[in-house]
Amino acid sequence: MSNSLFIVGMVALTFIPRYIPFLLAGKIALPQWAKRALHYVPIAVLTAIVSQASLIQQGAVQFDIANHHLLAASVSFLVALTTRHMFLTISIGLVVFALARWLL
Amino acid sequence: MQNDRISILFQGMRDTLPLILAAIPFGILFGAAAISQGLSAWTTMAMSLFVYAGASQFIAVTLLASSTALPVILMTVFIVNLRHMLYSAALMPHVSKLKQWIRVPLAFWLTDETFAVVSHRDIVKPGAPGWTSYYLGSALAMYGNWVLCTWIGMTIGQQIPDMTNWGLDIALIVAFVAIVVPALQQRADWACAVTAAVTAVLCYDWPNQTGLLFSALLAIAVGLMLDPKTATKQAPHHE
Repeated sequence: MSNSLFIVGMVALTFIPRYIPFLLAGKIALPQWAKRALHYVPIAVLTAIVSQASLIQQGAVQFDIANHHLLAASVSFLVALTTRHMFLTISIGLVVFALARWLL
Repeated sequence: MQNDRISILFQGMRDTLPLILAAIPFGILFGAAAISQGLSAWTTMAMSLFVYAGASQFIAVTLLASSTALPVILMTVFIVNLRHMLYSAALMPHVSKLKQWIRVPLAFWLTDETFAVVSHRDIVKPGAPGWTSYYLGSALAMYGNWVLCTWIGMTIGQQIPDMTNWGLDIALIVAFVAIVVPALQQRADWACAVTAAVTAVLCYDWPNQTGLLFSALLAIAVGLMLDPKTATKQAPHHE
């Protein structure tokens, strides 16, 4: 397999899963349960990403105060819960992370 | 009307900024790593320009370096990208109103980041006009940044320090927190989030991000089981 052919293969296998639902949108009617399932996609996937990115450090679960990612994520979670303000949540999360790195 | 579209496009770019910041070290690292693993400049740029999928690109470079068979690499790339099928399925109601030709670039530019930002807008401003412009703003900002960072990594990557241990990925974490929390409105939403968080940690060491995919699917199933609308469907005597 040549380099160019390999790239073409990667393009196809990356693009096809993204495109199939877009291609079918409006052409097929989803059953009610599937429509409801789609409501949970952002919550499920983004939470799973946040959970791994904040709790797994250097390839292992790190559940303590020395994990600055976890600390900042927890504080921003509380800010989001109380204020529901995007900019504030992100800013405070970043500041907490910077302070933790600097002080702890 | 044209001005509206452009201002919505810029809004999409602006809302994606924290996620762009988080992507910079990885774009640069990709460019530098690909070159040092012996990929040609052309192949490296072609991956960022035409494949445009961070995780897949890193996996491809790592596996190429360990001389894994090419069909195995392609299979791995496909599995990593199945998560994005969930994203595009979730966006189907918006896309169903669009012309077929525009769906191609929208699908090509679909990333975790753009999906997150677009979903958030849908949660806080349901039915807001200019969905496509907003999506394109976010997508073009992510894409331009990724291509530029790959090029920077390729050309001067060896001279600059590795930024991936600076912790800029914290920007992605807190931005995703800010995006998900407003979506947690009902008991089923919370159950879905808790399931995803716990399962993702339990299967973090599964290969090729299959742990992420599995936890997401399990969490969706939990949400669906507790979903108030699905529940009323099954028990019509409550109505």
